[in-house]
Amino acid sequence: MINYLANIKIMLKKGILDVQGKTVENALNSMEFDNIHNVRIGKYVELIVSAKNKEEARHIVDQASSKLIANPIIEDYEITLNELKVE
Amino acid sequence: MKFAIVVFPGSNCDSDAFYAIRDNAQQEVIYLWHKDTTLPKDIDCVILPGGFSYGDYLRSGAIARFSPIMQEVITFAHNGGTVVGICNGFQVLTEAKLLPGTLMRNNTLNFVCKDVYLKTSNHSTRFTNKIPKDAILRIPIAHGEGNYYADEDTIKSLVDNNQIVFQYCDKNGIIGKESNPNGSLLNIAGIINKDGNVLGMMPHPERLSDEILGGNDGLLIFKSIIDYFK
Repeated sequence: MINYLANIKIMLKKGILDVQGKTVENALNSMEFDNIHNVRIGKYVELIVSAKNKEEARHIVDQASSKLIANPIIEDYEITLNELKVE
Repeated sequence: MKFAIVVFPGSNCDSDAFYAIRDNAQQEVIYLWHKDTTLPKDIDCVILPGGFSYGDYLRSGAIARFSPIMQEVITFAHNGGTVVGICNGFQVLTEAKLLPGTLMRNNTLNFVCKDVYLKTSNHSTRFTNKIPKDAILRIPIAHGEGNYYADEDTIKSLVDNNQIVFQYCDKNGIIGKESNPNGSLLNIAGIINKDGNVLGMMPHPERLSDEILGGNDGLLIFKSIIDYFK
C-alpha cells in the first residue's frame, strides 16, 4: 500500500451567496483594501489515504468527500493527491 | 402512543422535548443514545432534538447522520415511521437525505434566538391536523444555520407536492422579507418528505408547550401526532 497526502478544497458552489465572504469583503473594503473584491471563504481538509495506486486513492477520497466531507447540494470540492515518499 | 428522543453528544433540547411529551402532551417517552443499535419495536415516533450534535463539526448534523442509532432511524423512516427533527434534528434529517435541501448559515451571520410567527401551509399532515386553519403560531427559534436552501427543481417539487408545512410570517400571517429571520427560500421554516411521515423544522415547539412558559402553541404539533395515532 502507498500513502498519499490528499488536499481537499471545499468551496460554496458559484451562485450561492457566501455571506461570510461578503462580510469579510465589506470589512476589508472599509479598511485600506478597497481594491479587493469577490472574497469567497471555503474549507480546507488534509488527510492521508492508503491505497494500491493513485487512481484508487482518488476514488476513496472522492467517495469520502461526496458522502461526508462536502455537502454536494451547496459545495464543490477539488482533490489533489501527492504520494508520500518513505524516508 | 410512545415517543423516543435521540440523544447525541451535544444535544441540548432533549430534556425539553422529553418534558413537553411527558408532562404537556402526557405520553410515554424514552431516550435513545446515539450509540444504540436498535430501535425498540413499540416506538411510534422518533424525535431528533435540537442542539449541537458532535459539536456541529464539519457541518451541522453531518457527523450525527452516521451515528449507529441513525441507521435505525433511517430504516424506520423508510418503512413509514414518524420522525420529527427539530432545529439540529432538521439539519440531521437533511444530511441523512430523509428530507431534501440543506440548512446554510443564516444570511445575517447572526445566531438568532427569538420568538417567531409561523403560518401553517399544509394542515393535512400528521404533524399539523390539530392546528386551527387560521392560527398563526408563535414558537421560538434558536439557530445560526437555519437558512433553508435547495435548487430550483427541488423547491418546485416541494411546492407541487405540498411539502412546505411551516413558513415564517408576521403576527398577521403575512409572509415577507421582514419576517424572514435567516434568509430561507420561500420563508421555509419546516418541511415534510414526499410520503409525509418525516417532518423537519427549525422552530422549537418543545420550548413553548407549557402555559407557564408564556405560551403553548408548540403543543399543537405534538397533539396532532398523538391524534394521528388514535
